[in-house]
Amino acid sequence: MGENKRLRIAVPGKRVRVIASGSVAGREERRGPLGDTFDFHDAGDDRFGMPTWERAESEMQRLAMQAALKGAILDDGDLDYLLAGDLMNQCVGSNYGLLSFGVPYIGLYGACSTMAEGMLLGALLCGSTARRCGVATSSHNCTAERQFRFPVEYGGQRPPTAQWTATAAGAVILSSVPEDVDRLHGSFEISVSETLAGEAIDAGITDMGNMGAAMAPAAADTLERYFHESGREPASFDLIVTGDLGAEGSGILCDLLAVHGFDVAPRHTDCGLLLYDRERQDKHAGGSGCGCSAVVMASHVLRNMAEGVYRDVLFVGTGALMSPLTVQQGRSIPGIGHLVHLEAQRRPKGEIQ
Amino acid sequence: MDRKTYKRYAAARAKKSPSIVNCPRAFLVGGAICAFAQLLRDLYGLLGWEAKTVGMMTSATLIFLAVLLTGLGVFDKIAAFAGAGTLVPITGFANAVASPAIDARTEGFVLGVGAKIFTVAGPVILYGIGTGVLYGIVYATLRAAGIGG
Repeated sequence: MGENKRLRIAVPGKRVRVIASGSVAGREERRGPLGDTFDFHDAGDDRFGMPTWERAESEMQRLAMQAALKGAILDDGDLDYLLAGDLMNQCVGSNYGLLSFGVPYIGLYGACSTMAEGMLLGALLCGSTARRCGVATSSHNCTAERQFRFPVEYGGQRPPTAQWTATAAGAVILSSVPEDVDRLHGSFEISVSETLAGEAIDAGITDMGNMGAAMAPAAADTLERYFHESGREPASFDLIVTGDLGAEGSGILCDLLAVHGFDVAPRHTDCGLLLYDRERQDKHAGGSGCGCSAVVMASHVLRNMAEGVYRDVLFVGTGALMSPLTVQQGRSIPGIGHLVHLEAQRRPKGEIQ
Repeated sequence: MDRKTYKRYAAARAKKSPSIVNCPRAFLVGGAICAFAQLLRDLYGLLGWEAKTVGMMTSATLIFLAVLLTGLGVFDKIAAFAGAGTLVPITGFANAVASPAIDARTEGFVLGVGAKIFTVAGPVILYGIGTGVLYGIVYATLRAAGIGG
């Protein structure tokens, strides 16, 4: 982190609202503390009616986007771009899942930070030429286990610092169309007021069982740059939500920022900690995966913002930018943290239907 | 904080796997599996089979049960509790072969199951056989030199 004087916080050129969201979750997520807030879930075997886990994940992403569109009473023709990503090789979850929408599509990879990355880019696109953008990400425990760890049915023990890849998908629709305010349901309207892209930071962690420690320095760096540049204090926000550092990474984040004089602990929470009851559901350090922060954002966070419970929220999506191959070759795991600043404002009484 | 300090800090604060809980669990479950195997052995012995057949059938039964439980999606849950208790007996090896085969089924029988079935157990097989060959050579050489029986 050099002394870089260049200002990096980007403000969308127009007012960009989050006009709708869609959330889809698996059985374990449904059993968690946020279980009742999701639009769709699969009470059965997490296959969502599909013959393979990979197709199940694609289907989840499609369902999430469809739910978001339905919530805003829009159809796919009303979107200018789809921005989406997931954890599978070549981002096939998104590639196939959003195929049926017929909207220009930009595939993203930011590991578990992809939801924040998509919202950041979507807000900037809507702030310039785009009218509306759909952003979606997903993860599926079984596709991720197969690709990153062991076969799904392999029997082994996980270390306490390990995170659990969520079976979940979330989608949001961003809009710069002023009239879209009529499509909102809540008494508060939510805007993306600022964005700050993260720098990839390699803190030297080589343990795939402790991703929180690999990602926390990147999240701390982004937040620190944000606080410095904006001049705001952590205590002035209602919520600083990361996704997904889990228990281990969250503790490190608070420690690292405290050293630099920023006390985020009273305002901080993490999507990986919100999604599961870690003790009861044996989820070790908490949830992770592109779908974890997406589904928590698309349900719990945005819903509470629409009701005015949280009005000023910093969302920092955090990702571990490695592959099993690079880890086996002994390379350490770089992390990244992208920041999106969301604000909720009360709508004038007459506008609310 | 430089990388070295950070690595040390992260390793120091990371909670370790609770060996004090895991070891007794492994001991109990692993012991129960072995006791069950001994019971099978005694039962098969009553059938009047040769000792060699009895041993083989005991192993085969354990492998069958481990694979069956893997297929039913139960084995990983037992293993998450038992750790080395299910890993060390032949049940762990059976699960390590069956689970990638189940996963790879969707990619077909040749490039899926055929190519990926040993992704977990492969190292054990390769180095197990390799060590066997090495041991054999040493043994044969010593015998030829008139040392040992």
